[in-house]
Formats: sequence, structure tokens, C-alpha cells
Amino acid sequence: MKRFQSTEAVIALVLLTVMVLIGLVNPAFWGVANLFSLAKANVVIGIMALGVLLIMISGGIDVSFPAISAAALYITVRTMVALDYDGVLLPFIAASVIGVLLGAFNAFIIDRFKMIPLIVTLGTASIIRGLVLGLLGTSIVNINKMPDALIEFGKQDLTTVTAQNGATVGLTAMILVYLAIALVIHVVLRHTMTGRSIYAYGDDMESARRAGVNTRRTIFFVYCTAGLLAGFAGLLHSSMIWQANPRDFIGLELDVIAAVVLGGASIFGGRGSVLGTMIGVFTLVMVKNSLILMKVDTTWQRVVVGVIIVAATAITAWRDRKKLA
Amino acid sequence: MSEYLIELKNISKRFGGVHALDGVSMGIRPGEIHCLAGENGSGKSTVIKVMSGIYTPDAGEILIDGKPVDRLDPIAAVHNGVQVIYQDFSLFGNLTVAENLALNTYLLEGRGRMDWHRARKMAREVLTRLDVAIDVDAEVETLPTSGKQIVAIARAILAEARLIVMDEPTTALTGHEVDALFTIVRDLQARGIAILFVSHKMREMLEISERLTVFRNGRKVAEGAMSSFDEPAITHAMTGLEIDEETYTPDIPSESQPALEVQGLSVPGHVDNVSLSVRPGEIVGISGLIGSGRTEFAQALFGMENATAEAFRIAGVDAFPHSVQDAIAHGIAYVPEDRLSEGLFLTQSIERNMVVSILERLRRGLFLDRDAMRRKTEEMFASMQIAAPSPETAVGNLSGGNAQRVMLGRWLLTGAKVLILNGPTVGVDVGSKAKIHHIIRDLARKEGVAVLMISDDVPELTGNCNRIHVMHEGRFVAEFSSTAMTEDAINDSLKALK
Repeated sequence: MKRFQSTEAVIALVLLTVMVLIGLVNPAFWGVANLFSLAKANVVIGIMALGVLLIMISGGIDVSFPAISAAALYITVRTMVALDYDGVLLPFIAASVIGVLLGAFNAFIIDRFKMIPLIVTLGTASIIRGLVLGLLGTSIVNINKMPDALIEFGKQDLTTVTAQNGATVGLTAMILVYLAIALVIHVVLRHTMTGRSIYAYGDDMESARRAGVNTRRTIFFVYCTAGLLAGFAGLLHSSMIWQANPRDFIGLELDVIAAVVLGGASIFGGRGSVLGTMIGVFTLVMVKNSLILMKVDTTWQRVVVGVIIVAATAITAWRDRKKLA
Repeated sequence: MSEYLIELKNISKRFGGVHALDGVSMGIRPGEIHCLAGENGSGKSTVIKVMSGIYTPDAGEILIDGKPVDRLDPIAAVHNGVQVIYQDFSLFGNLTVAENLALNTYLLEGRGRMDWHRARKMAREVLTRLDVAIDVDAEVETLPTSGKQIVAIARAILAEARLIVMDEPTTALTGHEVDALFTIVRDLQARGIAILFVSHKMREMLEISERLTVFRNGRKVAEGAMSSFDEPAITHAMTGLEIDEETYTPDIPSESQPALEVQGLSVPGHVDNVSLSVRPGEIVGISGLIGSGRTEFAQALFGMENATAEAFRIAGVDAFPHSVQDAIAHGIAYVPEDRLSEGLFLTQSIERNMVVSILERLRRGLFLDRDAMRRKTEEMFASMQIAAPSPETAVGNLSGGNAQRVMLGRWLLTGAKVLILNGPTVGVDVGSKAKIHHIIRDLARKEGVAVLMISDDVPELTGNCNRIHVMHEGRFVAEFSSTAMTEDAINDSLKALK
């Protein structure tokens, strides 16, 4: 496991360097208000990234999770509005279950027809988005209609400070939810046979089967868990921004995959860790956030994300090839 | 109680119209070292897969400890103590040694928790038993091949193997590593574990095995105590031919200009300052272990590596190939080791596969000259004696030997003067092998092609080459010419490598 740690150390070093550089260009970066808002921006993407991490370790890829998130949050909130239901626990369970079902659909197609995950999830993403918009409509549920309990839940802060301009900023309590999920995923990956089977499967499917890994269960586990996290993260996002938009998260798959790859996961499968992924997410969110602070146009942000994904995959591919030689 | 641990009786297995196994019977006794020998395509790997439950035979009976087993599936095979170590070892490079060793056991026990502490303990115990020092926390992909093999053996032991089948276990090992492996194998035998070696390396078989079974074309052709065989007897059993002791002697004037002349060729990390000269009509062999740099050397000659050379001349003209296109233009042809993945388009016809390297020459204006294309292919199709209904047949439907001949035909069409063959008869059946050798010798003798032949198969080299170089760690470490070139001498040279 030494190399995993060293991979993470490298990413952490990159992160620190970037932080120092950004701080030099823009001292506002180190302000408490900015750091709090950064932490908040990590939560939803981070939870999604943990799901994508599982899939990437297994050697697959998923581009349907933003669609799953959007579907889960929109179906849940619309149902709550229609039934005039107000609550927190049950809706989150519902959104997670929707995510699991959609993830299971991905897993079924991939396992049954031995299809390439990229193509399958491209297809399911389109199906899910189309169905949601077609059957439920396109209207956004705004703050005036959003269930109050969800808004209250998303508003909770751990601590608040008053910024120089007099506004109060809080550190969202949702960060705890993120950390708790990360801890669970870490334990699953490191200390359960299910987790180790994902690594084995990602390294060599055929050998994993010979060793006695239940490969079907492994595929279902990773895609269902990723679906669960996507569904959960979707509703969490909704409760944090007090809005339910069926067109939310479009294009987010690239950001999240970039973050996971940046965190040291291999696109060939078999490699990746929770800590690395969390650092990768933080780096990506921070870079995007800084670009906004520096008033860089959003179109250019796409360029930066693209460069990060290409550079990070190139570096990991180079690392993996060097190991093989 | 039966004499045999596992016994096969009249096993047959067909694939389509091919009899992979035809009424084969063989038995392995507890704690014996048994060798299964045979050429490629003789049914060796099919029989392993029958024993390990991967293939269900079409006819015949499998007995374990004297009791017939109805359906031997992979799980039942493992439960009965049959463990196969494939050439690729089936290990997980991204996991640690300890984990690789514990994984099967844990999965078999149906555990939910990954107990790292116990995994390390198990790993240390079994490695100590094998008397080897390997860091149990190292990732497997950082180990050398011999280390990976030991991990694979250790895993089989942990699975309570009673029979360990090893498929070509010595192919990638140096002489010293082979000795170390044999020590371990004898130690396993002392613990009552039977070993089935599957190999075509006669010397090693003679050294280690007690009993021998020889397959040819899906049938058992010989069996018995090793002491009743000698090398020629085994070869005879394997090939069905009396060995042709005649070696290839080209008829070339000694002052003729070399077709290929290379000085100080290097590929960083693989080939270190190698010089070679091959005259027209010569067949020069290169032997060496996997990883000795022989493939990189061949690929460098064909413009596929980032190589440097002090001099590189084709027929006396400076012609360093910077790319494959360059190499082809200079008249160099390369038939790769893994022709299926590196060379042939399986879904395309024989014709298209043959002409693909000379399309530029078959151009008439903007289009291809279809008549010329057909003419050339048909000539080559006939002279290569390809067994297929027509040149329209897809290459994917051909046997290994025929596919290899398509590949040879492609390069001959380019009018190559230097032909580099990497493992020319890997995966080719015996009859086809002889035909291919014949074609190669004819090319050299009649057409004056300079041939460079890289092979694991020492008899193939001694039978066809007039000169052999042994390569190790990127260098030529020994050279043999016709007179000194015996199988023994080359095997000794390979064994001495560290």
C-alpha cells in the first residue's frame, strides 16, 4: 500500500502548490468566507465522485450519474409537492432508492449483454433525462414551493463567522454527511471482501472469476452504490440550493470524472482511493472556484476542466505503463 | 483406494470439426512429478482444462481417488485439490502479495471482512515454508516473473492443492530461477503434492520428472517412467518424425555484401549496443529468454522502437528505419510474435490481408488495380500452400499455421530482402510447422532473402539457422555457427544466464 500513499502525497502536494499560487494571485482566497464556500461546494460533487470512484476501480465508467441525480431529486421533490409532504428522512431514502434502481439498470445491461459501460451509461443518461422531462415536465420547483423541511435541513451550519463586508457565512453541516459517507466507502474498499473484490475485478476480470469473485455481484454493487450516492447527492443539492431543477447537473460528469482521475484513480481500473478522490475533488472545485473569483468566463472553465482530465489521465496512464515495463 | 489421484479414461473433446482430444487416458499418482509433453496444438492445454473443470469432455470418465466424478466443474476441481498455474499466473498486480494469497481463501470461506493481519500471517507462513524471502506487503506487479510464480505456487498450496498443474513454467525464467523452481517443486513433492508439468522443453523434463505422457494431435502416443526415455525418443514421440539432424548450410560466397548490417544498435532500457550482419541466403537465429530484449531488437530493425545505431545498412546503403513505412521501403519485413493481435485483420479476407502492405504499388490512378491484386494474391496463395477454399476466406477462420503463412505471404509480396520472423511457429501444429520451415529455407536458398529468426524453440533454430546468437539483458552473449550449433550447446548457454 506504500505506493497508494505516495500517489496521494503527490496529489496533496499538487493541491498545496496550487493553493499557494492562487493565494498569491488572489489573497481573498484564504478568507474564511471563501474557504467555507469551498467546503460547501465539495459536498455534492464529492459524494458523486465517491460513487464514480467505485465504478472506476472496477474498471468501468459512468456518465449517467448526473442524470440519475437529477431524476432522483426531481421525482422526489415533485412527489413531495404533489402529496404536500414535508419531511427529511423519507425523501432522502426515496431519492437513494431511485438512484439504486437506476444504477441496477446500468449494471443489468452491462453484466447481461457484456457491453461497454461508457456506451451503456451514455444511453441510460439520455433515456433517464428524456423520461423525466417527458413524463414530469420541465418546470423548476423554486423556493416558494420547495418543502420547508428540506430547506431547513440544507441550511444547517456548523459554525458561522461574520465576513469583513458584514455578511454572515456559515460552514455547512452537510460537510459532515460527506465525511461520513467517505469514511464508510473507505472502510468498504479497504476492509471488506466486497471492496477488495472490486480492486481484483478491476485489475483482471478473468482472474477475479477464477479466484472465486462473484463478478455479477461486484458489478451490481458498484453501479447500485454509485446510483445510491448520486440519488442522495441530488436531493442534498436540492435542499442546499432550495430548488429542484430537472435539467440540473448537465455536463457535471466530466468534472467529477476529472476529479476522480486527478485523485489517482486509474482509467484502466484497479487503482484509486477515497482519500485521493477527496483531494482530487477539492483541487478541482478550488480551481473552478478560483477561476470564478478571477472572473474568468465559464466557457474558459470548460477548457481548464478538459486540460485537467487529459493531463491527469495522461499522467496516470504513463505511471501505469511504466509499472508494466 | 486407487493408484491414481486423478485419472482420465477415454476422454474425448471436440471443437467444431476438430478432435482436440481423442480417447485420451492418463493418470497422475499422488506425490509424483509428471510431465505432459507435446507440440503446440497436441491437446495439452485442452487436457489441463478438462482436469480443472473448465471444459466438460464429450465422452469419457474422470476419476478422482478412484471414484468417478459426474460433472467436474471448476469449483469441484478446486475442492478436490486440483490447482492450475497458468502462464499468466492469474495474479492481481495491483494487490499486495499477502492479499493475493489470502483472497481465494477468504472468498472460499465466504468472509465479509478483509482481515489484513491474518492475510499477512498466512502469507508469511506459506512463504517461509517455501523458504523464499518476499515482502508480503509488496504489490505483486513490482515482483520479477520468478517472484510472481512463487506467489502463484504459494497460493495453490494455501488452497490445499494435491495436484499443481504448471503450464510452461520455465519459459520466462533464467537458468538459476529454473533451478530454484525445481528445488521448490521437489520440496512440494516431499509433502505429497503431485506436480504436472506441461512443457515442451525436453531437457528440463528429463531433469525433474519421474513419469512422462506425450500427446500428439489429440492422442496419447507415449507414456512411462522418465528413465525409459531419452531426448530423441521424446522428440520422436512428440513430432512423429525421425529428427532431421541435417542443418541448414547456405551457399554464399563469403565476400558477398551483407543484406543487413547493423552496428551498435541500442534501444534505451532494452537493447544495448548490438551489432549484427546477415548476408543474403543466411538464416540467423536469435535465442534468449522473454525480456532479453530480442523482441525490442527485432522491432528496432523494423522501425518500431526509439532506437539509435552507429550504422544501419541494407545491401550496403545507409537505411536507418525511422518508421515502419521506412523499413518496408528499405525492404525489411517483420512477422510479429503475436501475429493475431499485431499483424492480421481477422475479419478480412486472405487477399486483403496479403496486399495490405503493397497497396501503394497496386494503385492505378486513384483506384486499386483489382486484377493485379487478384493475380498476385493467387500466386502467393498457391505457393504458400494455404489450406482454405479461396483467397476470399476470412483470416479469422484459418488455423494458426495457415494464418502464419498468410502473414509470410504478405511480406514476400513486398519483395522484402530482409525477413525478420519472431516466433514463426508459435501456436502452429506440427505438420504446418514443417511446411513453414520448408518455405523459409526455400526463401533463403532460392530467393536470397536474409532471414532473422527469433525463437524459444531451440530445435527450430538449430534445424533452420546457419548461425545463432544468444541474447541476454540487451546484448549478444554467445554466438554459435553451424558446427558448434547443437541443441545442448544452446540450452547450456541459456541455462548459464543469470
